[in-house]
Amino acid sequence: MHKKLIILFFAFSLLVGACQATAEPPAPAPQGLTVIVHDSFSASEGVITAFETANNAKLTFIQAGDTGSALNRLILTSVGSQEPEADVFYGLDNTFLSRGLEQDLFEPYQPAALAAVPDKFKLDPTFKVIPVDYGDVCINYDKAWFAEKQLRLPASLQDLTKPEYQGLLVVQNPATSSPGLSFMLATIAEFGENAWLEWWQAMKSNQVTIVSDWETAYYSNFSGSSGQGPQPMVVSYASSPAAELIYAETELEESPTASLVAPGMCWRQVEFAGILKNTPNRALAKKFFDFLLSEEFQEDMPLQMFVFPVLPEAMLPEGFLRASQIPETVASLDPDLIAARRDGWVNDWTNLMLD
Amino acid sequence: MKRSRSLIWLLWLPPLAFLLFFFYQPLLVIFRQVFSERFNQGWQFFSWSQITRPLLFTLWQAFLSTLLTLLIGLPAAYLFARFDFPGRKGLRALSLLPFILPTVVVATAFNTLIGPRGWLNLILMHFFNLSNPPLNLLNSLAAILLAHVFYNTSIVIRLVSNSLTRLNPHYDEAARVLNATPWQAFREVSLPLLMPSILGASLLVFLFDFTSFGVVLMLGGPQFATLEVEIYTQALSRFNLPMAGLLSIVQLAFTLVITLLQNRVNNPRYGKAALSSERKTLLRPVSIRRKVFVILMSVLLVILFVSPIVSLVSRSLVTLEAARGERGEFQAGFTTRYYTELFKNRTDSIFYANPLAAMRNSLVYSVLTMVIATSLGLLTAYALSKSGRLTRWLEPLVMLPLGASAVILGLGFLITFNHPPWTSGSFPLLIPIAHSLIALPFVVRTILPAIQAIPNSLRESARVMGAKPWQVLLEIDLPILLRALIVSLAFAFTISLGEFGASSFLANAQTPTLPVTIFRYISQPGALNYGQALAMSTLLLLTSASGSLLIEKIRLPGEELF
Amino acid sequence: MLRVENIYKDYDGKPLLKGISFEVRQGELVCLLGSSGSGKSTMLRVIAGLEQPKSGQVFWNDENFTHQPAHERGFGLMFQDYALFPHRSVAENVAFGLRMAGRSKDEIEKLVRQALTSIRMQDFANRTVTELSGGEQQRVALARALAPEPRLLMLDEPLGALDHNLRTDLLTDLRRRLHASQKPVIYVTHDQEEAFALADRLLLLHDGHIVQQGPPEEVFRRPATAWVAAFLGLGNLIAGTITSPASAQTALGRFKLKSDPDRQVCSDCILLLRPEDGLMGEPAARQAQSLRGIVHDCVFQGKSFRVGVMLDQIHLQVQSPQAVAIGESITIAWPENTIQCLPASEIGLGHPGPR
Repeated sequence: MHKKLIILFFAFSLLVGACQATAEPPAPAPQGLTVIVHDSFSASEGVITAFETANNAKLTFIQAGDTGSALNRLILTSVGSQEPEADVFYGLDNTFLSRGLEQDLFEPYQPAALAAVPDKFKLDPTFKVIPVDYGDVCINYDKAWFAEKQLRLPASLQDLTKPEYQGLLVVQNPATSSPGLSFMLATIAEFGENAWLEWWQAMKSNQVTIVSDWETAYYSNFSGSSGQGPQPMVVSYASSPAAELIYAETELEESPTASLVAPGMCWRQVEFAGILKNTPNRALAKKFFDFLLSEEFQEDMPLQMFVFPVLPEAMLPEGFLRASQIPETVASLDPDLIAARRDGWVNDWTNLMLD
Repeated sequence: MKRSRSLIWLLWLPPLAFLLFFFYQPLLVIFRQVFSERFNQGWQFFSWSQITRPLLFTLWQAFLSTLLTLLIGLPAAYLFARFDFPGRKGLRALSLLPFILPTVVVATAFNTLIGPRGWLNLILMHFFNLSNPPLNLLNSLAAILLAHVFYNTSIVIRLVSNSLTRLNPHYDEAARVLNATPWQAFREVSLPLLMPSILGASLLVFLFDFTSFGVVLMLGGPQFATLEVEIYTQALSRFNLPMAGLLSIVQLAFTLVITLLQNRVNNPRYGKAALSSERKTLLRPVSIRRKVFVILMSVLLVILFVSPIVSLVSRSLVTLEAARGERGEFQAGFTTRYYTELFKNRTDSIFYANPLAAMRNSLVYSVLTMVIATSLGLLTAYALSKSGRLTRWLEPLVMLPLGASAVILGLGFLITFNHPPWTSGSFPLLIPIAHSLIALPFVVRTILPAIQAIPNSLRESARVMGAKPWQVLLEIDLPILLRALIVSLAFAFTISLGEFGASSFLANAQTPTLPVTIFRYISQPGALNYGQALAMSTLLLLTSASGSLLIEKIRLPGEELF
Repeated sequence: MLRVENIYKDYDGKPLLKGISFEVRQGELVCLLGSSGSGKSTMLRVIAGLEQPKSGQVFWNDENFTHQPAHERGFGLMFQDYALFPHRSVAENVAFGLRMAGRSKDEIEKLVRQALTSIRMQDFANRTVTELSGGEQQRVALARALAPEPRLLMLDEPLGALDHNLRTDLLTDLRRRLHASQKPVIYVTHDQEEAFALADRLLLLHDGHIVQQGPPEEVFRRPATAWVAAFLGLGNLIAGTITSPASAQTALGRFKLKSDPDRQVCSDCILLLRPEDGLMGEPAARQAQSLRGIVHDCVFQGKSFRVGVMLDQIHLQVQSPQAVAIGESITIAWPENTIQCLPASEIGLGHPGPR
């Protein structure tokens, strides 16, 4: 009796799969475009469909890990192959910009809309990759916690080494986490190559908590999230408070968290996209790039990816404006310097903090 | 016997071809890449400690985990093998469950149990009026060990209780009549005879702990880097590919050693004589001492297996949102919101996956895995059963995928199969193939003992009665193997359902599997996202649990395989 | 001397042994005889201390052993499946009991060598037991049981697993050794040929009771119940009712019996008609009560023929010096002093016993 049940069960699942698979109606063959994106990428169905219909295209997205991993995967898989795995890569950020460029993976292209983008974002003079969005990695804090303890917010990175902030901050391992890496770079920008490790030593004495990835930091350690962990400060994004507001379980007036945006405390991540060399769909790829810098896509990005558009005319959604803080100045380093020294810095950090 | 020799090679051909093409080839390809000129700037950071540190830690935590697992698993095996008590079947079914859950689900479940906002801390804070969570168990070695014990106790229970039930009780009795005290009888007779299965179980558990990734990453923290985690870091974040390759080779080498040891241990000198097919009756505990043992063990096992799962499921149905800042208080309210939210695409995202669609994807992959893994496993098992000593060495080759780094293999797949018709985006079979590589060892280990248990006399009498070889297979072998086959199918199914590592590498973003969608939800801030991750985890749990229960139902009591 | 008093034991919730009592004296070889599942092995296990009786006592030389653990009793037990330790060699198996008793290494070596020589297996000392043949295993098992010089030896169907020829050979061997050892021996079997060959005294176990005990000859000559007669295959058994102290009415007619004033009139009884006492042909016709039937079969038995005669649905067997043609009509009779009248018990009526 049970034998029959099992066979029935499996046959049923196969049937369900088959039905779904054959449910698509036949259509005139659209041109395909494959885009490699990182795991945080998202877009509205409406916006994408609009592009697809307008260009008779079918977009396929491949999610390839976080920014660093996606690039590394791309590099590895482009090895010696005539045809690349995909047509477009979206997910290169300024921390890894030089690595992406030196591997010579992209073809230059300047969409018309690029002219409107502020120069500070155009970090590649050859335009092999173009900026699409940016986000700021900042320390988020739990408003209610600070209010309850009546503690003053830290006004700078240096402040964090003070005894009243002992054990209150959780950061991510720069070797395994993109925001973690960005934060580390911010500290280097702030304190300089000779002194940044001293700051970290002071933080170590001040009991900074280190975890492997953003998920753990945010959901297990941060007190301001639904995980309600022990630390009221976490390295996250300037847009995370907006997410807390928009995705709250009950309607909130304001976000329960906010970002520390004092000078030097945030690191700007600019994200780039590039057309992969030897793509057979060059024309369509270029149209896609135009689309990336179009108002429709740029205005769709904030609620989907919780990043900011590079196009100045793009309007931000209301919840976003209310809850995100945009820092006036952000930390930054010369991309070539980053390229040359990054691995060494991570090494030094690991030796100091994880021993 | 030349004809049977060629038959053996014929049997080996498909599985070997499969392994060579889909496992060893990608491995070679990626190794060639990582050690090539192109990436050799990674060597500048080389130091031996970069290998020895993760290696030693990996060995250490695997050793500790195995020890703890044995500490709980051995008495538990004794409990299930000897005693009859209310709830025995249910508890047994439950004990298989952790094994097939993906690491994402387990990490989340432990978070809901022992995390700062987990049930344990909440209860303690409530009863003792604390404002801060007293238990700080996450991000520690303790959390890693706990999760490992949770995962692997079932292996010890299965393997050892199997041997225990089949061990002829007369050995122990003969020893006791020959002046041995019960303890001496155990030490001199029962223990040595049980040793192969205990060692076999320990080695398997050690192997799983040795290659553990998700648990170490999510529940441990950056201070705890095993080889697998280090490979991941070096390859994908540090982009130090030679180092990643080197570490991967070290890992494979150790895996090979362990599988060779397993091979040795599974075939004791004196054969399987100690195992009778006669089933010993289960006793109801009568004496006080026995009753206490049964009760204590049952409670311990329930706590171990049930609490993380119950904690996960309950947390997905409850909102604990009190006013932020009042951490000690909570207003627990029952809600199905997280589940209903799963079916809404709030942001109209193109990557939104309806949970049913995700389940469909997972199920389709699982069914394909079932077919591939079981058919190849059947051939392999037959080949092994007929093999002479030479082909015995091929068995570790089949088992090796268990210990290969998912990262290295995933990358290998991507490089090897990135041109048509193999491109991972459009070739849907790559995922079931990857799953089958992992499921294959399990299938072989399940079917092989069943084949070996078919008495030759049955086959011979059929042939004397005029049956041709294929008829013998159909009429004699198949009905007896049917149970083992069904168990294999179920294993392959559940392994595929819970697989995360390979799937995240190879999956098409728009047709994700259940584990991948769970990870997506938990990668975003927001209470609703967290809740949906919990709800989806519960759905995955339920689907896996049904598969697990089916395995239990169709087994003859006492006839545990694997 | 072993004394067992009023042993009660249940199996699977149902009573198995219902008050067993008997003794075994020094130098006596007692055979416990009964059908499969009658509880013979259980009785041995209770005596050995592997199981506890529900009630009743076990005494050795008047010392109450009932709750003594198995390893302190000093009894020997040989299992039906031999239970030789597969992970140990022949010599190690034989040495086991001595080793557990704490004898010195030299002593053990000497005794083991002696033991192996006595079973003519000195060359097998280092072989693994799994390589041995059935007969060899049996001898090793016996040597192992005897080596520690137990006070009492129990054997549970030791020849059961062997083929017929081997069995007869070993039977002679066994009898010699057991009698030579002078120990009290309890030998369990369901084969009465073995029992008759070995026993000083038979104990017949049926339905939880010892229904008869005594030397083989006596049991043979004067079975206590119909079950005993059936079990031992003593002859034809016919159901009947006692009509007078000297006669009984059966389906075959009235039989005259040797007068017994104790016989209860109107009670049921079973008549035992032994084939060897039966007369055929002329001498039969001269008897007071003779029966006429058709020869059904005629089987050569070596010294005589066993003739099966069919009378009205009832099949009787008679021993005959010569062959008789099948299908022939024949007269048979039993002299009244050879007919035994046994109390009825629950066996199949009218059928000759198992043989």
